[in-house]
Parts: sequence; structure tokens; C-alpha cells
Amino acid sequence: MTPGVANERSQTLFDKIWEQHLVVQEPDSPAVLFIDLHLLHEVTSPQAFAGLREKGLRVRRPGRTMATMDHSSPTKNLDFPVEDEQAHHQLRQLQINCMEFGIRLLDLHDPDRGIVHVVGPEMGLTQPGMTIVCGDSHTSTHGAFGALAFGIGTSEVEQVLATQCLLQTRPRTFRVVFEGHLPKGVTSKDMILALIAHIGTGGATGHVFEYAGSAVQALGMEARMTLCNMSIEAGARAGLIAPDVTTFEYLAGRPFAPQENAWDEALKEWQNLPSDEGAVYDRSLTLDVSNLDPMITYGTNPGMGIPINETVPDPALVQDAGHRDSLEKALKYMQIQPGRPLLDLPVNVIFIGSCTNSRISDLRQAAEVLRGRKVALGVKLLVVPGSEEVRRQAEAEGLHNVFIDAGGEWRYSGCSMCIAMNGDQLQPGELAISTSNRNFEGRQGPGGRTILASPLTAAASAINGRITDPRTMI
Amino acid sequence: MQPFTNITSHMIPIPYPNVDTDQIIPAVYLKVTGKDGLAEGLFFGWRYKADGTPDPEFPLNRPEFQDAQILLSGDNFGCGSSREHAPWALEGWGIRAVISTSFADIFHNNSLKNGLLPVLVPPDVHRDLLILTEDDPQSRVTIELEAQRLILPGGREVTFPIDAFNKYCMLSGTDALGYLLSHKNQIEAFETTHSKHENLL
Repeated sequence: MTPGVANERSQTLFDKIWEQHLVVQEPDSPAVLFIDLHLLHEVTSPQAFAGLREKGLRVRRPGRTMATMDHSSPTKNLDFPVEDEQAHHQLRQLQINCMEFGIRLLDLHDPDRGIVHVVGPEMGLTQPGMTIVCGDSHTSTHGAFGALAFGIGTSEVEQVLATQCLLQTRPRTFRVVFEGHLPKGVTSKDMILALIAHIGTGGATGHVFEYAGSAVQALGMEARMTLCNMSIEAGARAGLIAPDVTTFEYLAGRPFAPQENAWDEALKEWQNLPSDEGAVYDRSLTLDVSNLDPMITYGTNPGMGIPINETVPDPALVQDAGHRDSLEKALKYMQIQPGRPLLDLPVNVIFIGSCTNSRISDLRQAAEVLRGRKVALGVKLLVVPGSEEVRRQAEAEGLHNVFIDAGGEWRYSGCSMCIAMNGDQLQPGELAISTSNRNFEGRQGPGGRTILASPLTAAASAINGRITDPRTMI
Repeated sequence: MQPFTNITSHMIPIPYPNVDTDQIIPAVYLKVTGKDGLAEGLFFGWRYKADGTPDPEFPLNRPEFQDAQILLSGDNFGCGSSREHAPWALEGWGIRAVISTSFADIFHNNSLKNGLLPVLVPPDVHRDLLILTEDDPQSRVTIELEAQRLILPGGREVTFPIDAFNKYCMLSGTDALGYLLSHKNQIEAFETTHSKHENLL
């Protein structure tokens, strides 16, 4: 076949994984896809287990299912009973469900526990070519390994528990090529915020992203996870990156990664996964990152983002009535002036954490900025590692002392203030810079206002107590 | 799940684009282990003012919309989190169908599994429906699933898409899990031929 010319046998990474997992495809019906790995947490699983009990069904493959506690779990005082009665009951229900159905659970005191999208990769469970689902929209994170991974609803959790399969309509493919070299102080968080700002928060609905290009290849695995994590914020259920040497080096030796002969065999299969020359995508887009600035959001969805040194859009200049209304509504909620810069806006809270940016490399970046400095008076800094493993690693490197000495709080792992279910939340009116993924109204607590940014931008802003370009501090 | 055939109702307009599932049902309501009582939290942040009193302007609080079964929403409705609590809360409140110009994928899937019908209409029809309901909040439309038809006051008919599988499930109230379970032998065979019998954990 001629390179660069479409060939009917040329397949994308997505096509290959889809076809390798297709169990049944009947006419006029969705595909039955086999699921390699099913991850569970306390919030979206209890009704699914109740459904199994009602119907007298068992979990088909407990050995391909793992549960963790992250969403409503506390990040402090783990030795005391969980204060929130509802959260306590929900966590206990997960324990009962996992016990009854024979599922490995990372409970509150398990040394491997953490946010579901941090622990899967960390344990080596997330592997190239797999299909992975979880009742959580940020399951797209695992796509960084070249796995087809997406969030599902609770009815679908029940279906996968019962059959290890999922009914799916084939999505379209959307290739995003990031070219160029990322400038200093700019991260993969800024790349994904720039993409979402470019195509809008519903811009990739019905599609699966494949991220490619020199700027993606240059990223480490944790930065790739950040990129794939926020695919859903552009409406794409999944975002994939072709596995390469970086992927294999990350995986080698992890507890659940294949070992010895099995590793060699797996490696051969994984090396066949990248999209073929000439493979065709439904949509394509190329972005050059060479001049990318740190990105920051101003509104109430992740698509409302701008480079940190630009001014907030003015609704008066927006033609479309629907978009104008929604921009006005967003700015009113955010109490942010149109046409003005966001730089130097005073902030109340800095949250460094979440499945987007809570891994060791994220914490190292934040610590690099905070080392030897103090958080501005009156500003609260909360640092929540993505897993207990990340926490131990950070403590071994002394990063926790950097955060504590700067005046921040250092916690146990969990989703924490990203979803504000466990008591870690903003007070009404407070403005936060958050390394998480969603700036929806009230997401971090009723009346709370969220600005999304990278760990570097968050840390720099903590020191000044105002929105700060991290490039002025590194 | 409750079968869906035809409904005739007036429409509750919440026409903003990108209404996310955190607005439909805030995370604080996700600490339940069942599906009941979620209507209490439906659009909580918009239904209630900061002092906890209902906002009389918000459509769900307006007397004329109390018994409406159709939500008229904006583009990309249900974006964000995968929480199925969103359709559970809408259904708990009495909503049976959502009309919009586009839906987020996971919300769309979750709705169909709960007998909540997403009705996709072109932008011009959407605009006309909004005008209708602004003009007279009691304007009623009929949704006929079998014919995939939306009928506006005055008899104008608009067809809407739905795939054959979900249409069957919705009309008959069938849980799609049964379809998956009926393929038990194929799943077993797949596991054998694709070396999927081994466990990961």
C-alpha cells in the first residue's frame, strides 16, 4: 500500500480495539462489546448491585472488576468513623456489595486506594488495546495508554457486571494533531483547555478523539492522562493516544502488568495498535502548541477558556443570541467583568488535585513553584494527592513539607474538592483556581466559583493571592 | 422501565445551551444508594435562591408548569458527568421527554435506559417551540414514539430520529440487559477464542 493514501484495510487505533472486542453485531442493534476492565466506585454502583440482586444475577467476571472509594471519601481523619452519615452508608454499601459479589475493593485503609483513574494506571491494570469502563465520565483518562475507555451510566454498570459486555453504537473518530514544542510553563492541561476552547464543550459529541503529533509524543504518561482525562469536557466519550516506548516504560514492572514471557507477547500486540498509515478519520484538526500560553477559564463550562494574558469575551460582541445569553449568565454567576483581563483577579482558594492533575508529576510542578515561598495571606491552599501511592511518593520526596511550609493543607487521597461530596468545598461566593476539570456552577460547592488551570498556574496564583502567569515565577 | 408510547403535554422551557448534569442534580444528592427522592434536588441551584427560598421565576417553580411532562432544553443538554441520577431526578419530577437540538452522549444513553425520551429537533423547530411556549405556556405538543412524530399545535408535524433498538426498548419498556443476557453463549465463545478467560486481578 502507498503511504499516506487511504486503504480500505487501513485502520485507526480505535477501529482495531473496537473490532478486537466485538462479540456480536446484529443488524439494527447496537454492538455487543467485551469489556476487559470494569472499575467501580461508591457513587454510581449501588443501584447496579441492587439491580443484580433483584434479578438474581451474579457478577460474570469479578477478576476483571475492581472497586475503589474516592468520591465521597474523606481526605482527613481516616481513623475516625466517616462523619457524613449518608457518605458513611454509601461507602459501607460498596463494602457489602464487593464482599457479596467477590470483587477486589480498595477500601479507605487500603494502601493502594485512590481516585479510580489514578489507581488503575498506577497498578498496571490499565493496558494498551483494552476496553475499560467505569461509571464515571473521566474514564477517558485511561485512553492515554491506547485503551478504549469511557464513562457509562449505572444501568450500563449493571449490564457490565452481569455480562462483562456493553451495548454500544459505534462512535465517529476525531484526530487532533498537536504539533510543535510546548514552551516552558505550559502543560498538557493548557493543551486540552485550548482544544476545548477551540471546538466548544459539545464540539466532539458523538466522537472519540485520537491525539497525535510531536507535542503529544513528547509528553510523559501522566501528562498524557491529563490530556485524555478532559476529552469528555469537549463532549467526546473517549480520547486515545497510540502506545509507544513512553507507554511501555511506564507499564513495565507494575504489579498487574504482564510479566516475563507474557510481557514480550503483550508488547508484540501493543506495537500493532497504532493507527495505520492512511487510516481515515471522520474529522481532523491540527493545533500548533509552540506559541501556546497557559490557559485559564472564565465561565461556567470548560469551553469558556482563554490564554491567561487575554481579556474576557464581551457578550455585547457575540452575534448569536443563545451564546450571548449563556455568556452573560456565566459571567454574572462568576462575577467577572467582560472585556477585562483575568490576571491579578484576587482568589480565595487554590485546589491542587483531582483525576486531572493529582499525580506525582503534577505535585512536583506545583512544589517547584511553591518551594521556599508562602501562600498569600487569607488564601487557602488544599493539596490532595490522587492516590495513597502518590501521597507516599510525595512524602518520600518531601513535597508535602513544601506545601505545608507554604501554608497549605496536605490530605489523604480522593476526589475531594473537584466534586465537593466529602465536605471539602468552597463557601458561597469564594473564587477558586482549581486543577480539576469542571467549572460548572456550584461544582465545588453551592455558590462557589471555579477557574480551571494547570498546577503551575494554580501554585503561582496561590503565592500572589491573585491570578498569576506561572511563567513569571519559574 | 415504564413503556413510552404517546404523550401530550405543555413544555417547561429551560433553553440555555450546555446545561450540565451538575445543574440537573448537584453532587450532594449523589450520596444515595437508591433512585427515589432525587426530584427534590432537581435543578436545585437554579430552583432555590441563596437564602433557600424558591425562586418564583424559575420554570419548575411556576404554577403553570407543575404538571408538564416535557422539558424544552438548549443545545448539548446533559453534558458533564455520567450520573444516571440526572434522568432519575427528571423522571422523579414527572418529566417523560426532553426536546433539544442536541444531547450529550452519556445523558442520551442513560435517558433511553430509563424510559425518558430524548427528542432531537432542528434549530428552527426548536426556536418555534420556544416562541410557542413563551407566547402561551399552556401550548401543548404531542410526541408519538411509534411514528417518531412531534405534533405542534395547529397540526404541524416534525419527525425525530431514534434507532430501532432503543425505539423497541422504549415502546415495550424492555430493559436492554435482557438482550445482552440472551447472548450468553456468544460471550462465552468470545472469551475462549480471544483468551479472555484469564483474570486480571
